[in-house]
Amino acid sequence: MDFTPLINGLYGIPVLGLLFQVVGYLVEVLPPNSSSIMSQATPLALAALCGVLCERSGVVNIGIEGTMLASAFTAWVVGVAVNPMFQGAPSDLFGITIPLVIALIAALGVALLISALHAWLSISLRADQIISGTIINIAAFGVTGYLDQLISKTSPAGAGEFTRLTPPDALTNLPGVGWIVSMFLNQGPIAMSAIVLIVGAQVWLFRSRWGLRTRAVGEHPRAAETVGIDVIRLRYRNVMIGGLFAGLGGAFLSIEATNSFQLGMTNGRGFIALAAMIMGRWTPLGAFASAILFATFLQLGQLINIAPPGGDLGSVMSAIPAQLFDALPYILTIVILAGVVGRSVPPAADGQPYERESAT
Amino acid sequence: MSASLVPAPTPARRPPGLASRVWSVSAVPLVVIVLSVLVGAAIIVFSELLVPGHPFDLGLPLVAYSALLSGALGNPDAIVSTLVYSTPLVFGGLAVGFGFKAGLFNIGAQGQFLVGALGAVMAGVALAEVPAPIAIPLATLAGFIAGGIWGFIPGFLKAVSGAHEVVSTIMLNYVAVQLLAALVSGPLKVPRSPSPVTFDVGNAAFPIILGRNGHLGIALALIAAIFVWWLLYRTTWGFEVRAVGANPDAARYAGMRPKLITIATMTFSGGLAGLAGTSVLLGVTHTMTSSFGTTVGFDSIAVALLARSNPLVIVPAALLFGGMRAGAGLMQIKAQIPVELVDVLQATILLFLVASPVLRRVLRTGSRRDGPADSDAVVASLGGEAVAS
Repeated sequence: MDFTPLINGLYGIPVLGLLFQVVGYLVEVLPPNSSSIMSQATPLALAALCGVLCERSGVVNIGIEGTMLASAFTAWVVGVAVNPMFQGAPSDLFGITIPLVIALIAALGVALLISALHAWLSISLRADQIISGTIINIAAFGVTGYLDQLISKTSPAGAGEFTRLTPPDALTNLPGVGWIVSMFLNQGPIAMSAIVLIVGAQVWLFRSRWGLRTRAVGEHPRAAETVGIDVIRLRYRNVMIGGLFAGLGGAFLSIEATNSFQLGMTNGRGFIALAAMIMGRWTPLGAFASAILFATFLQLGQLINIAPPGGDLGSVMSAIPAQLFDALPYILTIVILAGVVGRSVPPAADGQPYERESAT
Repeated sequence: MSASLVPAPTPARRPPGLASRVWSVSAVPLVVIVLSVLVGAAIIVFSELLVPGHPFDLGLPLVAYSALLSGALGNPDAIVSTLVYSTPLVFGGLAVGFGFKAGLFNIGAQGQFLVGALGAVMAGVALAEVPAPIAIPLATLAGFIAGGIWGFIPGFLKAVSGAHEVVSTIMLNYVAVQLLAALVSGPLKVPRSPSPVTFDVGNAAFPIILGRNGHLGIALALIAAIFVWWLLYRTTWGFEVRAVGANPDAARYAGMRPKLITIATMTFSGGLAGLAGTSVLLGVTHTMTSSFGTTVGFDSIAVALLARSNPLVIVPAALLFGGMRAGAGLMQIKAQIPVELVDVLQATILLFLVASPVLRRVLRTGSRRDGPADSDAVVASLGGEAVAS
């Protein structure tokens, strides 16, 4: 590879100038794309929320990726199946149709089943939780790949997708804050509900009786049991509710962000979400903020290809292979994991199977 | 870890005979495989309903399975093909299994596989004109080192900062895909070639030693399995690896350095996975395209779990999955069942395997263990660790 343009570019401009250009580029491209960033963040945030619920109660769920993939496939395939049965125009708001609702419910049902399986394997059978999750990932990849091969022979059409709310121009054009309005309001129903669910989960985890119990079980299950909390049942419930969030995130990919299913379309989001959860210190709002950071990098990787920066910065970046920008979110995940992890402390009983004292 | 995970002492009885010992070791895997074959048959029947216009035929599973079998074992060429498919799975299974023994879950075999192949192709292309006795060992070594570097990164990060290897190795899998694409469509690309592809490795290619396409890698995989067994059970380092896997705290009190062992284990494990990629590249493809990639990473996890990380058992486990991959093509032709059925069967085997405490209770195979159903070392160390601990 010829590195001369890169080296010449670096020699030609002072470092500070380059830094200004980076900041300038970010200020120029990020606010107009705030809505897309939120779309990237939605599945990450929902998956991270699943992780928070599971790990706060002491169950590591590395199968979030597989759960999302299975839900994305279910939502799409059920939409394909029921679409011909129903007529009727989509609603004005969010483009809701009966097939889409059925598809969403089916996706949530599958996610619930998968997380029940993970709960059974890791809580009741006390199998290694990471192995259980890995097997769920492998199974989801295999089954969706097999069924997708069978079904795609007929090249079916999906049930369409949920559409976005369009806030009035008067709001989105407000100077300074307009991009924030479109970030949160120029969204489809799943993305909007994700925001509500995350705020709700934050309140629930730190202000409700169930939240207190969840945290107690995640920190010290033995002590929790002695005050009468049913550890096993609570863990089951948290893992399964978490599974619903992961399922919502999966359905978002195939019936809101797009109207299609591609093999392995989750693309590691389930794992990036775990890093977001850790970075957010196992709190819903923290995980949400981290998810937005990751989403910004995901979006930036695409923006650099669509609207490359000009000037000296552009000539430096054009010498870097495009694949590096695609790899950026994954590299960032590793860096954040390595940098943050020492300072953020997981729930004490995280990942440990619980055995009732009277059981033996 | 709780006491229940330690195998309960066997009650004082007369020592079990050979037959019952073989049964207690092989019963669960055998029953798991039989059950998975049945589930697979149900899936095949069910999937007929999904394809419009497909004639409904209850005998289709038999057609599919017999095609699978004859594709894997039907004639000498098929058997060699099974061996060729199994070769990277032996290396990959050894990589994942070796990590398990030290309590590390190396999910990154896929990325190390790709980077190892990348190292082998870079060295192989450079050595294409050099005599084979020099080119082959050097290119193989390059694949081992490249995979080792990709394994060193998560091992180092885990030892230094505590970043859990599961997340970091998966992220490195995605990075490896992009790295491969960048290099194959950039500096390694054959100039003026219409599609991104590298030069041929020439003299560095593995010679054919068996049948039509049975390459040297088959023999190397067998040697590697024996070597890893020797390393684990007959050397001090292997003992330390297993000690750290069983109980890092106790190992540290005994004067070992768990962090160093973690780094060394991940590096060696990555190197083994790199050899898996090397064996495919130098033995089968000889060039690399930007779509170079397989399911070896996932399959390796399945192999290691099925073999409970025992290096010698990994060979038959790899043959099982390698045979399924080898026969899948014929199954698709004869029964119109997508090759992806193999992924489903594999996942079913793993699911039954992890649920095997239930099976064991049903089968009463002597083992009184109630606890987790997987590699002992993993249970001992991973069970107590969070994603981030």
